[in-house]
Amino acid sequence: MSPIIKLLAQRIALSLLLLLLISVVIFAGTIVLPGDVAQSILGQSATPEALANLRAELGVNDPPVGRYFAWLFGAMQGDLGTALTSGQDITSALAGRFWNTMFLAFWAAVVAVPLAIFLGLLAVRFKDRWPDKLISAVTLASISIPEFLIGYVLMYVVAVKLRWFPSVAMINDGMTLFEKLNAIALPITVLTLVVLAHMMRMTRAAILNVMQSAYIETAELKGLNAFQVIYRHAFPNAIAPIVNVVMLNLAYLVVGVVVIEVVFVYPGMGQYLVDHVSKRDVPVVQACGLIFAAVYIGLNMIADIVAILSNPRLRHPK
Amino acid sequence: MNKHMQYLASQAVAGKLTRRDFLGKAAALGFTAVSANLLLSGAAKAAGPQKGGTLRLGLQGGSTTDSLDPALVTNTVGLMVTRLWGETLVELTEDGGIEGKLAESYEASADARTWTFKLRSGVTYSNGQNVTTEDVVKTMERHSGEDTKSGALGIMRGIKDVRADGDTVVFELDSPNADLPYLLADYHLIVQPGGGNDDPAAAIGTGPYIMKSADMGVRFVAEKNPNYWGDLGNAETVEIIVINDDTARVAALQSGQVDVIDRVPPRTAKLVERAPNITVHSTSAAGHYVFIMHTNTAPFDNYDLRMALKYGINREEMVDKILNGYGTVGNDSPINASYPMYTELEQRQFDPDKAMFHMKKSGHDGSVLLRTSDNSFPGAPDASALFQQSCQSAGIKLDVKREPNDGYWSEVWNNQPFCTSYWGGRPTQDQMFTTAYLSTADWNDTRFNNEQFDQMLVAARGELDVAKRTQMYADMSTILRDQGGLICPMFNDFVEATTDKVDGFVEGVPGQVLMNGYAASKLWVKA
Repeated sequence: MSPIIKLLAQRIALSLLLLLLISVVIFAGTIVLPGDVAQSILGQSATPEALANLRAELGVNDPPVGRYFAWLFGAMQGDLGTALTSGQDITSALAGRFWNTMFLAFWAAVVAVPLAIFLGLLAVRFKDRWPDKLISAVTLASISIPEFLIGYVLMYVVAVKLRWFPSVAMINDGMTLFEKLNAIALPITVLTLVVLAHMMRMTRAAILNVMQSAYIETAELKGLNAFQVIYRHAFPNAIAPIVNVVMLNLAYLVVGVVVIEVVFVYPGMGQYLVDHVSKRDVPVVQACGLIFAAVYIGLNMIADIVAILSNPRLRHPK
Repeated sequence: MNKHMQYLASQAVAGKLTRRDFLGKAAALGFTAVSANLLLSGAAKAAGPQKGGTLRLGLQGGSTTDSLDPALVTNTVGLMVTRLWGETLVELTEDGGIEGKLAESYEASADARTWTFKLRSGVTYSNGQNVTTEDVVKTMERHSGEDTKSGALGIMRGIKDVRADGDTVVFELDSPNADLPYLLADYHLIVQPGGGNDDPAAAIGTGPYIMKSADMGVRFVAEKNPNYWGDLGNAETVEIIVINDDTARVAALQSGQVDVIDRVPPRTAKLVERAPNITVHSTSAAGHYVFIMHTNTAPFDNYDLRMALKYGINREEMVDKILNGYGTVGNDSPINASYPMYTELEQRQFDPDKAMFHMKKSGHDGSVLLRTSDNSFPGAPDASALFQQSCQSAGIKLDVKREPNDGYWSEVWNNQPFCTSYWGGRPTQDQMFTTAYLSTADWNDTRFNNEQFDQMLVAARGELDVAKRTQMYADMSTILRDQGGLICPMFNDFVEATTDKVDGFVEGVPGQVLMNGYAASKLWVKA
């Protein structure tokens, strides 16, 4: 087997093992949550009869190990069980929301990734001069403010005062792509501001690192202008670390949007998860946890694979 | 001059003059904003409801875990949605009485043990089926069965038998109850085909609207039911969007994305009111923010200690600071003026000297532990801190422990001897007392056990003489106020807001939020 295929196979196997371990952690973690699902569903209006009826129906008293394997086996076949609170099939209930979250993450990435890389390149080109400092200052400021606050401020200025975009990011199937994009303009902006700084600074650092190399000096001595040096010689060699940080931020766009989805009333997985956590709906929390973990591990795996493939020493084994 | 103003008001209502211009002209003519607004709403009512358009509501209190099954409704969104497509036998009127809905009329036997409801004829469900007395009987059975999860189970307990008799439905009760129609107005008891046994969440009912889409905890769309028998339902389409975040909900109203919102946070209500195109409505209601003590658990089993705490709380300060004035002072009884047979009792005041006196007499030394969380009522930790301060000036040491939000209702409320809590209130005194203060009540969260109180409650229930009943309820409130484990500093108003685009909001409607849940079918969209 060629070493590169072996490396890739190893990396994929490791990811799967990690996912399995995480499934154990998720399952165990949700079992030890305090409180009682039946009481939480019925809230203050619970009577002892209603509680007993609901508990029996939910089957929350069975032994946990058996439940874990039944759950894992089901999840591997795409069956995530039924929600305790509503009796809905979780897989079908989550499908729409998963795609909504991916839709939001996708468009946030479409805006944020090119912007971050462009700003990173710009910062390198004007290193230590005012554009570099301005970019750094703005992006660092935006990452330092809690995202819900950015959300509220944008909501007030852009939606309430200027009325450019709606404050509630409600999307549904009947809308055209343009209407959907208009609806999610504000959450996309917030997400972009949140992930921009990290990606931008890593791009800047990675390229600056490469710029120390001898071949960059050669390129400069060849008489290439600064942009060409950065774009043709430095950037390709900085791809691995850049992809790494991009993937990490993409993962954040999917799994870290909980607050944004709640603030902008976006019907994605985050809102679904929050509602079910407060009701102790364990199967839904487990399902969301598993999906989030899979996305996170998957994107990291892709980052590693890209890093492996972009490394000529691995691409052309001796 | 007045004629001119009325002309201007009608122009404003007809949309030929903006509200802002109208108010400006009114001010120029020497009218105060209040009287100008009154003129405007008078003119709007004279013009009458307008039909058509889309009414959009942004509501707090909906979750993806909800169900369309009326038996499982627990929150505002569920109430509003249920009111769109379904109806109960009877309903509260806007002045607190009872009117027939699916029941055309009703009467009680002389001993108030047998009640007969005559069904309105020719009413059909949204699927075209006729409503039958059999459906009513099955509906009642579904909510009262021993294995039901219905939120109405508690109020169905006293009903021994329900049967269909021609075009009437007959209720036989275990013991006399003069309030049965109030109980049957409960929003869970929506009449469904076959009692809703086949598919309780199908949303097939007799309401003014037909559900077009329902995405739990997200968005609901309903369209006018063309075959509706009554005159409810002005907008052609009603859209309900769940917006649980306070700031987002207010922003959605201000940006014109929705026309109506519930639960304007009292803290910001005054600011919201200042926006030119928004009106804030405040309705005093039966809901109350409370501190509950278990009267059977030390040290709260001590009468003097309870009195010390009751004198040690500053009720006015709570209404001012926690409700920002959007509420009324409580008097340690769960009953206020929103109840039909209310009698005003002498108001208990903050009195550090009396508090100190009772504390000494109780023989308790050291501190008292109060548990709280924001989940029990908005601002509960702040209210607890205020309570702590006012107690301090009476020499009482109150420790406040902040508990996590989630799990509060299962771990703290009804478990710990002293905590903050919230009651939504009930339509009648009997129901409120029976739910929480009868010694055998499931939700007796103050562990109140008073034989005299229990006997009076049962006696009052069967009493058809209103004057006698009113006196009995006054006596019971007095017992609760002096002996009970309830410290009730405040009743919270429902604070809601609408934009200029809609009209027809009536403040002060008793019952639930947003005009007892009928805002969606009673408001109209201005052309």
